[in-house]
Amino acid sequence: MSVVDTPVDNGVNVDALLGVRNALADTPDIAQFQWRATCSWIRGTHSRSHVDTFYGFGGEQQHKTTFVYDADHPLAFAAEDNGVTPVEYVLVALGSCLTAGVAAVAQQRQIQLRSVQATVEAEMDLHGILGADPDVRNGFSGVKVTYNIDADASPDEIKALVAQSQKRSAVYDVLTNPTQVSVEVTTGNGN
Amino acid sequence: MRDITTVVIGAGHCGLAMSRCLTDRSIDHVVLERGEPANSWRTQRWDSFRLLTPNWLTRLPGYSYRGDDPDGFMAAPEVAQLIDEYAALTAAPVLTQTTVTSVRPSDGGYVVQTDQDSWQSRSVVLASGACNIPVVPALQDAVPAEVLMVTPAGYRGPDQLPEGGVLVVGASASGIQIADEVHRSGRAVTLAVGEHVRMPRTYRGLDILWWMEAAGVLDERYDEVADIVRARSLPSMQLVGSSDRATIDLNALTAMGVRLVGRLAGVRDGLAQFSGSLLNVCALADLKLGRLLDTLDAWAAGAGVDGAGPPVRFAATKVSPTPPLSVDLRSGEIRTIIWATGFRPDLSWLDVPVLDRKGRVIHDGGVTRWPGLYLIGMPFLRRRKSSLIDGAAPDARDLASHLAGYLHSAAPVAGNGGHRRPQAGGDQRLGAMVYGR
Repeated sequence: MSVVDTPVDNGVNVDALLGVRNALADTPDIAQFQWRATCSWIRGTHSRSHVDTFYGFGGEQQHKTTFVYDADHPLAFAAEDNGVTPVEYVLVALGSCLTAGVAAVAQQRQIQLRSVQATVEAEMDLHGILGADPDVRNGFSGVKVTYNIDADASPDEIKALVAQSQKRSAVYDVLTNPTQVSVEVTTGNGN
Repeated sequence: MRDITTVVIGAGHCGLAMSRCLTDRSIDHVVLERGEPANSWRTQRWDSFRLLTPNWLTRLPGYSYRGDDPDGFMAAPEVAQLIDEYAALTAAPVLTQTTVTSVRPSDGGYVVQTDQDSWQSRSVVLASGACNIPVVPALQDAVPAEVLMVTPAGYRGPDQLPEGGVLVVGASASGIQIADEVHRSGRAVTLAVGEHVRMPRTYRGLDILWWMEAAGVLDERYDEVADIVRARSLPSMQLVGSSDRATIDLNALTAMGVRLVGRLAGVRDGLAQFSGSLLNVCALADLKLGRLLDTLDAWAAGAGVDGAGPPVRFAATKVSPTPPLSVDLRSGEIRTIIWATGFRPDLSWLDVPVLDRKGRVIHDGGVTRWPGLYLIGMPFLRRRKSSLIDGAAPDARDLASHLAGYLHSAAPVAGNGGHRRPQAGGDQRLGAMVYGR
C-alpha cells in the first residue's frame, strides 16, 4: 500500500455505501429495488426513452431531473441517426458501471485515481439480427473492455481494482449471466 | 430429565477438543453423538479423500501427530481412527447413537432432547459440523431427468458413475479433486468455475500450509480481517493431499484435458448456461494468490527461512478466450452432474432464536447472544484456521474459557432467569463484528 500525504478523494462516499450495507443487516427489505425506463416510438427506428423514477430503500425515488435518451440506427442502415443504437447503450452501461466500481473500490482501498479511461468494444455478426444465418446469435459474440488507469498504486493493485469492480458490477452480471425477461402487451390507445 | 452443566453436541474433532478443554476446567459435561465419533468422516467422504493438511498440522488439545509420516496426508478412515483414539485418550464422556432432536431455552439454561433422554444443562456447545448437508443450487430442478446428479457427500469414486461426460460444478478442493479423479477414469470432464481460491501445494519447496502457519496467516483473527462475511463464505482452497505433493490448479486440469467453463448460471430448455465471467474469476484468484505470496515472501525476508528456494510466481491461469457459454444436457454429452457447490450445517433441531435470515447462527467468534450457547467448527469462527482440524484447539480453549466465565458469573439464583435472556446491546456489538469495518 502506498503512502499518501493528502487524503485519498475519488469523490466516492464509501462510508455512506458501507452504512447502507450495515443497515441491510436489520432491514434487508430496503435492498429491494426496481429500475424503470419508458420508451416511445417516434418514427422509423427512432425512439425516445425517459428515466425519472425508481423504487428502492423502501419507497418511491426520483432522479434530480428526467433524463431523456434518443436511440436510432445510423445512416448506413438507411435510418436517420437521431441517436446511438440500443446496443451502444449497452456499451455505455457496461463502461460506466465498471468505471463507477473502479472509483468506489479505489476509494475503499485508499488508492488515489488520477485518470481512468475505458474503451468498450463489442463484436457482432449481422447475420443474426437479419435472420440470415440461424447459427449466429443476435447479440454480441464478445465484449472487450480495455482500461487505462493512472493511479497511486502498483500495477497489480490496479488490476485488482478492475477485477473487483467486475465482481461487483450489475451490468457485467447482466451481460455475463442469463436473465429472465418477460414482455407483456396491451393494445389500443395507451393514453 | 438428567442434569448436567454442559452438553456438547457432536463428537467430531471440535466436540472432542471442547470436551478435553472442559475436562481440564473440571466442568462436567456430556458429548452427544448421533452415530459413532467422527461420523461424517466415516460416512460422507469419497474413497480417495485425503486431508488437505499435512499430518504434523493435525493437532488437538493435548495431542500431536506421532506417526512416521509427518508430511503425509491422512485418508478419511485414518482421520476417523485418530478421532476415535483421541476420544479414548481424553476419556471423553461420549454418548454414541444419541441423536439430538431439539435444543430449547429453559429456566436455568437449556433443555436438550434426544432420541434417548432429555438433558437440562446450563450451557450448550454446538459442535455438529459445518458440512452436514450438501448445498445444491435450485436450478437442479431444471436438469433433464436423464442426467444423474451426485453430491460429494454421496460420491464414492468414478466407478459409480455412468460412462460418458461429467459436469463438475464448483472449483473448490472437492470440485478440483473430483474433476481430476473422474478425468483419469477416462470420462470427459467439464468444470464450471466460479469464484475460487487458487493455492499451490508447495511454495519455495515447502508445503503451503507450513508457510501460512509460520507467517501467521492461519492465526489471523476473525475480528481483524477486513470483511469477515466474505472470509467466512470463501470456498475451500484448491488443494489436494497426495504423496507426490502435486498441485492441482486450473492450469493442471486444463493440461490434462479438463474443459473449463464459467460458473453454472442457469439451466433453460435443457441447456446448461455458463457465465461469461470465467476470465475475471481466474484473474481475481491469480491476483489473490500473488498477494498471499507477497505476504509470505515479506515474512520470510524478515524471519530468515532455512531451506526455502527463491521466490517464484506462478503462471497466470490460462483460459480459452471463448469458453463455451452453454452445453445441451439432452445431447448425451453430459451424463452426470457432480454438485461440488458446498455444504451447510443441519441445525434443524435448534429451537433457540439465534439464526439470521439465511439460517446461519449469528455469533461473535463462537459466542452466541444467548448466554451459555456456543458454536464451534465453522469456517473462520475465530481465526482463519478454524476450518482446519488444527483450529479446533485454540478455538476450544477460547470458548471453554468464555464458558467457564459465564458459569462463574451467572450462578443460578432461584427466581432469577435473567442470565438466560439475550445480552443487552449484543446486537450492536455483533453487527460490528459480522459486517466488518
